[in-house]
Amino acid sequence: MSAEIHTSSEYIRHHLQNLTLGKLPDGTWGLAHSAQEAKEMGFWAFNVDTLGVSLLLGFLFLYFFRKVAKSVTTGVPGGLQNFTEWLVEFIDSSVRGSFSGRNALVAPLALTIFVWILLMNLMDLIPVDWLPFLAGKAGLPFLKVVPTTDPNATFGMAIGVFFLVVYYSIKIKGLGGFVGELTLQPFGKYGLPANLFLEGVNLIAKPVSLALRLFGNMYAGEMIFILIAIMFGGGITLGLFGGVLQWGWAVFHILIVTLQAFIFMTLTIVYLDMAHQEHH
Amino acid sequence: MNINATLLGQTITFFVFVWFCMKYVWPPIMQALGERKKQIADGLAAGERGKHELELASKRGAGILYETKQKSSEIIAQAEKRAEEIIEESKTNAKIEGERLLAGAKAEIEQEVNRAKEGLRQQVADLALAGAEKILRREIDAKAHAELLASIKNEL
Repeated sequence: MSAEIHTSSEYIRHHLQNLTLGKLPDGTWGLAHSAQEAKEMGFWAFNVDTLGVSLLLGFLFLYFFRKVAKSVTTGVPGGLQNFTEWLVEFIDSSVRGSFSGRNALVAPLALTIFVWILLMNLMDLIPVDWLPFLAGKAGLPFLKVVPTTDPNATFGMAIGVFFLVVYYSIKIKGLGGFVGELTLQPFGKYGLPANLFLEGVNLIAKPVSLALRLFGNMYAGEMIFILIAIMFGGGITLGLFGGVLQWGWAVFHILIVTLQAFIFMTLTIVYLDMAHQEHH
Repeated sequence: MNINATLLGQTITFFVFVWFCMKYVWPPIMQALGERKKQIADGLAAGERGKHELELASKRGAGILYETKQKSSEIIAQAEKRAEEIIEESKTNAKIEGERLLAGAKAEIEQEVNRAKEGLRQQVADLALAGAEKILRREIDAKAHAELLASIKNEL
């Protein structure tokens, strides 16, 4: 806890604030030092922590996988290659199971989504105060370590998936086919407004549900970690109890972390499969 | 918790990562996996083939062994038969040879006996002649009685 934090709600709010870089009220670019300031920066601001951590983890993922891909051998695989191959085969069988079309993009897309989200979610298992404390020592006012507890990150990925869904829908079915699917089902051409409304909701719901599901799960998990962390300030008995709780929640959270990454990946595959099908 | 340009950054990052993964990570690994799968399948097939060949070879070997045994016992039987034949033959030969030798010896003995008889006869004749000569020398001219003496000699 930093020196200026006195109450539990201040502590929680501090933990839920991103490190935001944007235009300060005086016209210069800088880091926001309060939630209010961050809000006033408007759209053209960047959550440095979210971008930084997710980029770092993405590079980590690509570095190790690229390393394996360069030295890959058909003979006896080493430890890292073994692990990578296991993961790749797992993703490949998932894609084969749910995706019926032929598209070289889908499997690598699924792999990237799964591993990246998994790594970002795993940041949740680092005790909530460690990295913000270090950041505070380094002079940064805020640090939110888990990128997937920032809706910007989850919506960013979901929008990426949404673009792909729309792109492949138009590519496979043609612009007419895509528009037709939006407007001529399920009630025929005389029910056009109702069709458009239903299909539009259906289409928009895909990225929204993807993003909100991941965000909601990780945000709630993070929140519980923060609440448990408050107990550490309440004496030795409460602190020990908090330690046990934190351990238990972390163990349970491993399941959520993996599950959410898997769900995001599977739903992406399913949505893209729907985009590749002529009728649904 | 504000929606801001992080959203765009995240989307762009996402696409760059996916592109990189699709271009440089996924294909080599999948290719290696496919190749290894093929290698393993080939290896298993080769093993199966080897096993099958071994089975055939051992079957063939057993056949050859059986044939060889058969042939060798045949050869032994033939050899035994041949040996018996040889023994029989040599026995017969020996008998014939013995008989021949016996016959030869008998003939020689006979000849010898004849010769001895001849010799004896000659000696008896000579003795008789000498005796007769001794007797006759007193009274008979040898020349006058030569014809008589020769005829006696021939009769002997």
